Amino acid sequence: MNSRTEIWLFIAQRASAFVMAPLVLIHLGTMIYAIQGGLSAQEILARTEGSTLWGAIYGLFVVAVAIHAPIGLRAIVREMTPWSGRTLDVAAILFGATVIVLGVRAVRVLI
Amino acid sequence: MTEQATQRGDFVVEIWRGKDSGEFVSYRVPKRASQTILDVVSHVQRRLDPSLSYRFACRVGMCGSCAMTVNGVPRWTCRTHVDRVAKDGHIRIEPLRNLPVIRDLVVDMAPFFDKWQRATGQFIPSDSDNRQAFAQVEPDSRERQEADAGIECIGCAVCYSACDVVAWNSDYLGPAALNRVWTLVNDSRDGGRTEHLAAVAGDAGCHQCHSHQACMTYCPKDLNPTAAIAGLKRATTKSVLRGEL
Repeated sequence: MNSRTEIWLFIAQRASAFVMAPLVLIHLGTMIYAIQGGLSAQEILARTEGSTLWGAIYGLFVVAVAIHAPIGLRAIVREMTPWSGRTLDVAAILFGATVIVLGVRAVRVLI
Repeated sequence: MTEQATQRGDFVVEIWRGKDSGEFVSYRVPKRASQTILDVVSHVQRRLDPSLSYRFACRVGMCGSCAMTVNGVPRWTCRTHVDRVAKDGHIRIEPLRNLPVIRDLVVDMAPFFDKWQRATGQFIPSDSDNRQAFAQVEPDSRERQEADAGIECIGCAVCYSACDVVAWNSDYLGPAALNRVWTLVNDSRDGGRTEHLAAVAGDAGCHQCHSHQACMTYCPKDLNPTAAIAGLKRATTKSVLRGEL
């Protein structure tokens, strides 16, 4: 992969980390709030669904994770295994796409 | 053996003999005052086993040729005192990590210096019009201070040996080459900023650094290649955002 692309991946990973940092804290706070009064999915959703704000926050979270995680996993795989090159790039993109699809499905319930 | 050495006693040193396969061989060496690891290796080669291969030149911490792994840590052996590194009187000396072993304590430095070339570690003159005039370099400028901070590298490969990223990715340029490029990027006389930044930004370049800081921890000249690499990350990012790369 050329130098320019590598730098853009670096920027994307740092920028997504910048977005994720406060969202992780919000997520931890949400978990503490959401489990009050019961731990089943239905009970938790009863306290969080129907909120555009929660939907927007978790939607942004999903997008940030879908950018951040594939770039990091690609780097780890390249360092720790013999796998590298175009097939790994494609696998990382597919992983990011999977995160987006699963994440959006989950977030849709909140809105 | 001198009387002084006899009075101080002997100690046993284990030295790697062989290439990729080989074994540690124990030698009994007389203790001396202010004895360095290089003194120990020289004693073994001159008095006990002339077939021992090792490399040194200046003996005073300038040439960077005598680096070895001592008790698991990469060090410049001419300036490393036995008293400071012996663990319970035990010393084990091996060749540097991350470089091919030629024989005994001698490693092939070619991959290390090849990466300086790949990283464009050479000065690139600016346009020809300015070559005739004396360059005006402001010593207190931020760029010159950044360059000065990394300029004293002696090319000993201690940082390269200490770097885990080099161990994981043999293509990684390594701390010394990247530190060298950072000094050039900050040199107002150098005209190859874009070439330098493009060369260090690829799959094996500065963005692969994990900031473990082993290079900084073990650099015998107290340089900080981790900071230089962080500087390159910032410089490449700015260049891409400005459309220069």
